[in-house]
Formats: sequence, C-alpha cells, structure tokens
Amino acid sequence: MPTTTPPVTAPTGVGHLRGDESFPTAARRSLADPQLRRNLRHATTTIRAKSAGVIAEQSDWEQLRTAGAAIKADTLRRLPDLLEQLEEKVTGAGGVVHWAADAVEANRVVTDLVRATGADRVIKVKSMATQEIGLNEALEAAGITAVETDLAELIVQLGDDRPSHILVPAIHRNRAEIREIFLREMPGVDPALTDDPTALAAAARRFLRETFLSTPVAVSGANFAVAETGTLAVVESEGNGRMCLTLPETLITVMGVEKVVPTWRDLEVFLQLLPRASTGERMNPYTSMWTGVTPGDGPQTFHLVLLDNGRSAVLADEVGRQALRCIRCSACLNVCPVYERAGGHAYGSVYPGPIGAVLSPQLTGIEDNASLPYASTLCGACYDACPVKINIPELLVHLRAEAVESRPRPTAESIAMAAAAYTMDRPRLYAAGQRAARLSRLAGRRGRGLPPPLNGWTASRDLPEPPAQTFREWWAGR
Amino acid sequence: MRIALFVTCLADTMFPQAATATVRLLERLGHEVVFPTEQTCCGQMHVNTGYQREAVPLVRRHVRVFDPYDVIVAPSGSCVGSVRHQHATVARRAGDVRLASRAESVAERTYELSELLVDVLGVTDVGAYYPHRVTYHPTCHSLRMLRVGDRPRQLLGAVRGLDLVELPAAEQCCGFGGTFAVKNPETSTAMLADKMRHVLSTGADVCAAGDVSCLMHIGGGLSRLRTGVRTVHLAEILASTEQSGTVSVASAGRS
Ligand code: SF4
Repeated sequence: MPTTTPPVTAPTGVGHLRGDESFPTAARRSLADPQLRRNLRHATTTIRAKSAGVIAEQSDWEQLRTAGAAIKADTLRRLPDLLEQLEEKVTGAGGVVHWAADAVEANRVVTDLVRATGADRVIKVKSMATQEIGLNEALEAAGITAVETDLAELIVQLGDDRPSHILVPAIHRNRAEIREIFLREMPGVDPALTDDPTALAAAARRFLRETFLSTPVAVSGANFAVAETGTLAVVESEGNGRMCLTLPETLITVMGVEKVVPTWRDLEVFLQLLPRASTGERMNPYTSMWTGVTPGDGPQTFHLVLLDNGRSAVLADEVGRQALRCIRCSACLNVCPVYERAGGHAYGSVYPGPIGAVLSPQLTGIEDNASLPYASTLCGACYDACPVKINIPELLVHLRAEAVESRPRPTAESIAMAAAAYTMDRPRLYAAGQRAARLSRLAGRRGRGLPPPLNGWTASRDLPEPPAQTFREWWAGR
Repeated sequence: MRIALFVTCLADTMFPQAATATVRLLERLGHEVVFPTEQTCCGQMHVNTGYQREAVPLVRRHVRVFDPYDVIVAPSGSCVGSVRHQHATVARRAGDVRLASRAESVAERTYELSELLVDVLGVTDVGAYYPHRVTYHPTCHSLRMLRVGDRPRQLLGAVRGLDLVELPAAEQCCGFGGTFAVKNPETSTAMLADKMRHVLSTGADVCAAGDVSCLMHIGGGLSRLRTGVRTVHLAEILASTEQSGTVSVASAGRS
C-alpha cells in the first residue's frame, strides 16, 4: 500500500461507524436501564462460562492462538498480493470482483447490481461489513427492501433498533421483549405466541420461509476468503444463512479486504478458534463455502465486493494494523467489564466493545471517535480472550496518544498534564507540591469533595484521609 | 541483598503505610533497602491518558535514577506494569532508541513485591501474624500485565492467624483504571458496585490487594457505604507480626 499519500478513512454521512454522542454520554443511558443491565449481565456471563468450558478442553489452545495471530500477521504483510490472487481465482471460477474504496462506492456497486436483476427485495445473511457501510439504508433509498434472515438481526430490524453485539445483535433484549416485537411487527404472526425460545424461533421460521422461496437475490458478508482457490466461507448457527447462499439466483458478497487467508490449511486454524471463542461451540453448526458459480447448482451469478473503507489507513499504522487480524468472534465483548455495564449502543458503531473501541476510531480517523479509546480501564481481559492475540490495551494506549496529539492544544487537561509532568521532573518542587496538596486538603472538607472534572470521582467514593507524613518525609526522618 | 525502593507517587503521597511496610518487611527479612530520593513518578498516568510526549522526561528520570541498582521493588502491580510494558514503548515512540534499551534493562530488574519475595528472595513464609478474615483482590495489572499468579496467595496463606476467604469474580476489574474513573464515572461506579457486593458477600473484615490505586477506589466506595470493611495493602499484612504490635487493621480508605 502506498505510504506517501495520506491514509483515507471511512467517509462521513454514510454507514454506522460513528455515534452522535461521546461514549460517556451514551453509556449513561444504558447504565440507567436496570433491565438492560440484567439482560447483558445474564447473557455475557452465560457465553463466558460456555466458551471457557470448551476452550479448556483444547490442550493446544495457546498454540492455536499463536498460529492464528501469525497467519493473520503474515496475511496483512502481503495483503495486496493475496487480494489479487483472490480476484484471479474468483474470476476464473465464474465470479465477478468489484473493488470498493469506501462505503459510498460499495453501496453504489451493490445497488446497481440489484437493480440490474430487476428485483425490489433482497434477503441478507448477517454481515458486519454491510452494516458498517449502511447498505440496508442505501438499498431502501433505491426502493429495494432488505430482509435480514439471522434471527437476532431480524429482531433488531423489526424492532427498528440497532444491533448491540457483533454476534448476538439483540443481546440487549430478553424473551419477553422479543415476543412483543414479533407480535407488533411480524406479518401474519400467531397472536397466541408465547415467549418460549422454540416458539419464537418457529414464528421467525414461518415468516422467513416464504421470503427465502420468493426472493431471487441475496446479499452476504464473508468470514473468510481463501486466496489459493477463490473460495468464500460463511459460518453461522441457524442455517438461515445457508438458505440465502444456495436458494437465490444471484449472490452478492461484501467483504472487508482483511478477511482473506492464504490457504485452506490456514482456514483450518480459524475454524477451530472461532466457534470456541465466540459461541462456546466445539464446531460451527453451519459452515458454507462456495467457489465462483457451479452450473445448475446454487446461485448462477456471483459478485464479490472487496471493501476498503479505511482499512488501508489502519494497515499503514504499524502498531494499529493488528486490529485487522480480528475475526469478529466477539470474545472480547463478552469478557469486557465496561461493555457488560455500558452496553453495545454506547459505542456508537457497529463494532462495539473492546475491538470497537480500537477499530472504529482507526477506520474513521481518531477525531470522529476520540472518546472510544478511553472507554476501557485497560484491565486486559480482552487481550487474554482474543483468539488472534490482538493486544487491545496496547492499541488503546496508542490511540489515546493519537487522540491527544490530534487535538488543538491547550485544553484544561493538557495544561494540568504538562504541569504535572513539569513538577514530577523536579523532585524538590514535587515534594513541595505534596505538602501543599496535603495542607489544602486538611484545610478543606477533608477530601470529601473535589472540583470538576474530578467531582465525578467523589460522587460515589470517599477520598482517604491525607497521611500525617509522606513516605519521603518518613524516610528523611528515620 | 541491597534493594532499591520505587515508592510510586501515589503510595508516597497518599498511602505511605504501604511503602513503610515494604521497608520494614524487607529489613526484617535481613535486606538493605535504599530509597533514591531523586525519584518521582513513572509517568503511567501520562501514558495512559495519551500524554506520551510529556511522559518522556519522566521515563528518562526513572531510568537514570534506578539504573544503578540490581534489584528494584515497588508495592504496586500497575506501576511495575508500566515500567515493564510502557517505558520502552514511550522511548521508542519519541525516537530515543538508547533510552528504550536502558528502560528495558531497568524493567528486567524491577519487581512487584510478591514477585520479589517469592521469585528473587525465595520466601513464602515471611513470619507475619495478622488475625483477621481477609479477602484478596488480585488487581488487573498484577494478574494480566505481570502474571503474578498465586504468589500473593502463597504469601497470605503462610500468615499466622489470617483467615483467607475467596473473593467471587475476583479477576473482574474494580472499575478504577486511572483516568477512566474520572472520564467515565458512571461506568466506573457500576463496576465498583459489583466489586463491593462481592467483597461484602465474603464476610471479610479486610479486603487486601497489591496496588494502592485499586485499594483507594474500592476503599473509597466501601467507606462511602459505611460498610466497616477496610482495605489494606498486601505489604501491611506481611509486615505485621505478633511482636510489632501492628496487628490492628490499618486503613487505606476512610474508617
Ligand atoms: S478483537 Fe479478538 S476477541 Fe475481539 S472480536 Fe476480534 S478476534 Fe474476537
């Protein structure tokens, strides 16, 4: 990738990578919703336990993680070559490859392709890439209806809601809420529907079956693309994705450029890592793979849209590029104590949780998501959980430095930080500062209240009594 | 053994009892403790808030001050984590390769208290006496950045009179995270609430940890709720003996 031109980030005004509010503001709303917090705690605790159980069974889990990280790092090093190889193989197998620099271009390509078929409705396989670029909205503007077929995604779509988790988009909803959404929004639903999961799934199946059989165009994402053969892969749990991938006449796949892997042998590593890390399953229930088109079997027209949308900019950053290793397993979300309390919507992007806190600001440019790298205590649970060993805490710290350096200075914070650094580089001034701080606190309200912006701290916590002596005073006096 | 104490700015200013306890403990075990007075702060607050440029002189100072010593100890998992995992990065980002390699060398000689005791000094029974019901919060940086593992619990397990009770969901972050608690106060408070609930569920009268910043956070919350549960640094427990008469509970929070 050229390094001389400035990196191009994802465009504004299209897609879902930016929120309208900063993280702390958006989080406040979720934190005030006890039902939402109960749903989230229950769901993340359950997935965490299930995943930990099946990971413990795998004696070579650490070696697998190392292999996964190494394959992805190698892939990113020679990404342009691998993508060209992929294009050649897909084309050779009867598919058509389109390169989209950003969300606007990708939406235009897909819209034109659907229009050319004459269809006014498409069925969709759950896909992060198409959410990222806001494809459903773009299709709607062109008079085309997109029907989500993943159960959780359908719940979000019918509820006119936003997804809040990578893998479980409706994680913030419980059964009772889902039943209400179905009763309100699903055409032809049985009014006696209960909130039993089987009954809810059956209702969705009835609704989707008709759609599958009558829609000739499908849009999917891809979990992986194998460069050596031009094979695309989608892994899912429900089988609805497989319906979309096999029944329609035309299949359009939108894929982030980082999803390519060099060979089938490499794929094997990820097919072990992904299900255990994400859903806590030993093997993925449905793994669908296709290579171009096969006469008389499955879609007869196949288009692959290779999406950049800021990824080249991420790749250009030596520290930041590891974020492109992500296989969207969502393990980091499920172990993150901040995600568990604040919920996915607080991140304002289709990518929530720890990976969202680093990937979104990298794709959009730090200015547009400057609060996200601070949405973490740097506890490191995400790094431990990540099956491809993305050092998310390192990335967070790296991006915080970018956020500070991109801001016009001075700010109140930058002045305080510079003053603190100045003092801390002068031991006598530092010791004098310690004494002064103690005196002012003793004279004041015994440390109960702090001035803004530090009063957020003392709203729920007491500061300790200032000690009679600092350590260095004690040491000097022994 | 001659051991240099890296006191850390927070312990120096707000929780000297954690540092004095470290000194008393190591001296009782027959070691010489030196305190290089030119030290101030490792710069972790600056680095973690995004002020890496401002942190460069602090890293340089830390390296200069501690380079002459073979063994360095700090009563703080997160400050040792910063020395070990951030100093070289900060130096490299600033383009100072020489400083980066010196920082790496200092980092190799810097230990968190439980690491020093178990790995370097080879002791788990430090002869302490502490007749209290204690639960231990492992702290994220000790747990994940340093991988101190069960060393603190080996040490606590050998303390006479001490009743160690398991903390539920111990590995979950308490919600402090330095400036996180200031920038995201509501989320931080929600995390703290769960941590306190778990601490209270143990029936312990003392919550211990190896990091005064987490103790300040948890202790501040426990104090606000008037729970009567105290927060105490690991060093204070290990320093107390039957003879020393310091078996009363020192408090890192408001009592
Ligand atoms: S960053 Fe790692 S843990 Fe998080 S979704 Fe991506 S692969 Fe999974």
